[in-house]
Amino acid sequence: MASFKPTKIQVYPKLGEKVTQDTLYWKNYKAPVQIKEFGAVTSIDFSPVTPHNFAVTAFTRIHIYGPFSQEPVKSFTRFKDTAYCGRFRSDGQLLVAGCEDSVVRLFDVSGKVALRLFKGHTKAVHLTDFTSDRYQILTGSDDYTCRLWDIPNATELTTYTEHTDYIRCGVTSKLNRDLFITGSYDHTVKLFDARVEKSVITMDHGQPVESVLLYPSEGLLVSAGGRHVKVWDLLKGGQPLVSLKNHHKTVTSLALSSNGQRLLSASLDRHVKVYNTTNYKVVHNFDYAASILSLGLAPDDASIVVGMTNSILSIKHRKNQEDSKEIAGQQRRRPSYRVFVKGKNYVPKQDDYLVSKPVKEHLAKYDKQLQRFNVSKALDTALGTYIRFRKPEITVAVIKELDRRGTLKNALAGRDERGLSQLLNFIIGNLVDARFTPVLVTAAEMILDIYQSVIGQSPVVDRQLLRLQDLVKREIEFQKDLLEVLGMLDTMFASSLPRKEVPCSGIATLDWV
Amino acid sequence: MVEHGDIRVVHCGGSKINFRDPVITHDSRFLLCASGEAVKVFSTSTEECIHELRGHTGLVTGVLLRPSNHLQVYSSSLDGTLRLWDFTDGILIKVGQRFQLVAVHLPQSGDQMVEAQELSAVLSGVNPNPAAIAFGRGVRTCRHKDNKKGGWNTFTCVACHPKDDCIATGHEDGKIRLWRNFNHKKEYTYSTLHWHHSTVSSLCFTPEGTNLLSGGVESVLVQWRYNQESERDFLPRLGGAITHITVSPDGSLFCTSHSDNKITIIQSCVKVSAVIQGLVKGDSIRTDLMMDPRSKALVLNGKPGHLQFYSLQRDKLLYNLDIVQQEYIHESGLQQFEVVKAAFDASGSWLATVEERHQKAAELELNLKLWAFDEQTQSFVLNTTISAPHDAQITAMCFCQPTDSQTTLLVSTSKDGHFKAWQLAAPAHTEGPSWLCDFVSAYHGLVPECCSFSADGSLLAVVFQEVVTVWSPSTWELLTTLSQPPGAVSDLCFGRLSCSKYLLGTTASNLLCWNLLTCSLEWTTSMDVRRLVADPLSENMAAFCYQSGSTDLFVFKPSEPRPLFSHKAVCSGKVTQAVFAPREEMLESCEESSQWLNRSQLYFLTQQMVNNISTSAEEKQNENVAMTPFYLLLGKHRQQQQEHQDSDSSLWAERTLLQTPAHVLPSTSYLCSMFVQSLLISVSDAREEKAHAEEEMESEKEEEDSEEEMESSRSKPELAAAAATESDTPALTKAQARELRRVRKLDHSWLAGLLDS
Repeated sequence: MASFKPTKIQVYPKLGEKVTQDTLYWKNYKAPVQIKEFGAVTSIDFSPVTPHNFAVTAFTRIHIYGPFSQEPVKSFTRFKDTAYCGRFRSDGQLLVAGCEDSVVRLFDVSGKVALRLFKGHTKAVHLTDFTSDRYQILTGSDDYTCRLWDIPNATELTTYTEHTDYIRCGVTSKLNRDLFITGSYDHTVKLFDARVEKSVITMDHGQPVESVLLYPSEGLLVSAGGRHVKVWDLLKGGQPLVSLKNHHKTVTSLALSSNGQRLLSASLDRHVKVYNTTNYKVVHNFDYAASILSLGLAPDDASIVVGMTNSILSIKHRKNQEDSKEIAGQQRRRPSYRVFVKGKNYVPKQDDYLVSKPVKEHLAKYDKQLQRFNVSKALDTALGTYIRFRKPEITVAVIKELDRRGTLKNALAGRDERGLSQLLNFIIGNLVDARFTPVLVTAAEMILDIYQSVIGQSPVVDRQLLRLQDLVKREIEFQKDLLEVLGMLDTMFASSLPRKEVPCSGIATLDWV
Repeated sequence: MVEHGDIRVVHCGGSKINFRDPVITHDSRFLLCASGEAVKVFSTSTEECIHELRGHTGLVTGVLLRPSNHLQVYSSSLDGTLRLWDFTDGILIKVGQRFQLVAVHLPQSGDQMVEAQELSAVLSGVNPNPAAIAFGRGVRTCRHKDNKKGGWNTFTCVACHPKDDCIATGHEDGKIRLWRNFNHKKEYTYSTLHWHHSTVSSLCFTPEGTNLLSGGVESVLVQWRYNQESERDFLPRLGGAITHITVSPDGSLFCTSHSDNKITIIQSCVKVSAVIQGLVKGDSIRTDLMMDPRSKALVLNGKPGHLQFYSLQRDKLLYNLDIVQQEYIHESGLQQFEVVKAAFDASGSWLATVEERHQKAAELELNLKLWAFDEQTQSFVLNTTISAPHDAQITAMCFCQPTDSQTTLLVSTSKDGHFKAWQLAAPAHTEGPSWLCDFVSAYHGLVPECCSFSADGSLLAVVFQEVVTVWSPSTWELLTTLSQPPGAVSDLCFGRLSCSKYLLGTTASNLLCWNLLTCSLEWTTSMDVRRLVADPLSENMAAFCYQSGSTDLFVFKPSEPRPLFSHKAVCSGKVTQAVFAPREEMLESCEESSQWLNRSQLYFLTQQMVNNISTSAEEKQNENVAMTPFYLLLGKHRQQQQEHQDSDSSLWAERTLLQTPAHVLPSTSYLCSMFVQSLLISVSDAREEKAHAEEEMESEKEEEDSEEEMESSRSKPELAAAAATESDTPALTKAQARELRRVRKLDHSWLAGLLDS
């Protein structure tokens, strides 16, 4: 004896974004911590040593935040004007920052007053960084020059004047103390070698360059400027690899996720996009409230820090394992699951006599009613408030099933004003949904057939019928328009197809019979 | 024209087992049912077919246990004979010659044995409309419905209470009426039971008379308590509509036969214990015959919404695959989902099915489903459902054939004028791979009728009425078009192996062969080909042509101008379904005419059953017992025994002498001569003589047996020709009579062949 087969609920593909591994990974952050700074946050830099504090440069201050505190653990306020580009040295002991007043200041992270002042630039310094041997500082300024400074003597070593516009970004090589890269508003990215004291590679970005980033292997370079993010192959002499145009406003900041598998770009269009670095497809997208100026990613992606023009600093911490475990633990405390699986995995011994018991199957309420041929009740159940609004596919599936059984007319008939208006409401709400149209059109026609004799008795139902009429009329017009467009497209495609000649020749005739 | 004597058509199964009500034996161990021209004996516990009682030459119309000997069974047939069988050993005991028998009925009571013999001769038409015959307590009561009621409630079945004076009748309006005091004329009363919503098709009382069983088109077995009719038990969802219900003589088992060629055995506690399922043939075989590449089973649509896998070797249904996965509503006039197309890929790992439901007024509902073979459960698991793949009915569907290529491609053609290619898409992150539409195309708005892939999968041919279009599946480019007016091409297939450059098509009047290298028609022959089948393992093709009421078979290679084999009038009527089934082991036949059967067997389907074309050599093979492990064990043992017996059969006499207990031995004088003989005469002679003596005795017995048959056999029409000369000499000597019987036993098929040709 076969068991009752429940009504098949059609599973429709979910519209909207797909759930991928990446989405799950990047969604696994807590609600952001928002901190109000004194001005637009222009730079965020994470300390390379644990506990991975980060320096936030905003207006005339640099705040250093710990990984968990919402209050700054340290702040440097001795700037005469807007500070720029606070960066940690690779040992996390020193911090360098540029300033609108063209003076570059070097701080001890534990101290308060600047250790050294590097004077020489004539305009605001937007780029500061330490070289990999820790003894020199790279600076880039709006006076079109970039310079190397010696830390112990606080003297200028070299000046490079190859750029022809503001230098706003740059990075030093972590592997070679003599190499550094700068990006400028003259649309170029230049790779300098301190040993030959000039640029060795020049790459044309096409837009004013806002940010540059080196891969950990330093074989690839990423530059951002305008709406574009471009990837360059340094080992092939600066050959362009990919050009990404996923933002619709200027891209301001770049970051690599710690394992180098994902690239993040932040833009004035208030989005942070995550790219897969193997195929450079966008795999995830973060939305923020205001235009983003700076982006920082903690090692191991433990937190994402974003600085915005409205002087808000947003910090998202990653949910740690214990939190998720705790939730799982709560679920396990419920007894129901254990009760249900009790004895399910029992293996009978060899001489046990097995008494088979029919497995009780769980049927939905409408299925139970369908099994008993209570068609009107089944339809009522399927039109219940929750199902009707949250899961219209169930209602439609039940209507379809009733139609298949040839009892839809019986189920629809004999309803009072309330029941009928509920039914009509559902049909009006879902009729133009392409997935449900074929089923609901049949039902609507049947309703009209059944209730045509009582039209005019209830103003509520009449109004709904008029609405239905309007809806259908509008839909027909849409369809007509679409068909016209389709016809136009067909003629265009047909005219672009090539023509072919077909050969033809003689025949041999056989006779078997 | 070549005729081959050694190749012939063999019925190989698929006959109905629900034609008449089955019979359960007294010990409830066996179930007997009429199945085509044989009676099948099934075990009620294991569902296996134990014996097939073969011998009838016409449709078996009834099976009945012999009341005097519960190990024997009568069967009646349309060939006009009544045969008595020993069903435990499967031996024919007796043949009775009668006129055409439609059914046999016997009262069950033991004291009416003589009467029973007589009644079995009575032709009892069970065609119940408008008359039915009921046997109650030895009194044959025949009632016409007009006597009782108005025209609308004709009754469809009757059953008599075994003890009470009560007759139950089932009616077309779903009511059951119990008539009491029937023996007293005009004083009968009746009560009505109503549960069935449509015709009650079968009724049966249990042997004790405590319960009444009824069944109908709803496929629910209802058990009514006799005299407490408000209490009833139900057994729903048994399968197809119930056609017959029978109860075993001890009342421990019920069995119901269903319209979908199935017999269900039910324990008296209303629990299904076994299901015997035959080949299901619905109204039409919409999916073609196919071979499952894995199980080598024949696949076709069976029960509504199911696909059946049928083992040809064992004539047994392996399993049903539920395609529609919906509750089947047993109601006549309701449009149900039907499986209309199915296709396997070459390795058997994918199955594509199309189901459709066509409603009046509403639009066509169409689903394309793709099933993946699951190694763990050894069955097909639903992978993708595509609802409404086309706007109109799908006319053909085929998978890309090559086994080595990684991409699996499915092409479906539809009456909406399009053909679509479906491809397995790369797996998404969370779900497995699923099927997506890869390409859609049309050709001048014509309707595509069928499609076919070449053997290597590099070409796709799609027929648009009169035009054959050839496409490249890799680039989806239209390579060429072939056309041969007049007439639409109805069947299409590519040649294989060395003939892969040929493309064959059939029109209503022609068989066409195109050469794809020259893009021209190579040859054509005018015949009405109904079905063109390609052997997957060789270049051979088989064409079934319909000509003047019967079907001819031609087997040919596309490259050769003459057919390899032709057989006129394979069967009467049209053959629209046929398939080549690869053999498990290759046959080594060197005869040219039968070589085409070496690699595969050709099966085709007629109205009644599945037929097979086989060679004579193979038939001998078929008689051998299957090599089961049990057989190997037992067989060895038996062989040894035989050898043993052979070697010391000279000592047989001594052994009987020495090993038999003294008190049962015959007199010494008798034994002495035997003993001496055993020492003197050579063994073979003695055995020959003995065998001869036995033969003599047997024939004597047969003579006696058939003596009484002689009278009745005169009317047998088939014998008329043979007996014509003898009939005018009424007095025959015994020797003559024996000669005549010997002639009668001979096979007359050669004569029939002579007459036909």
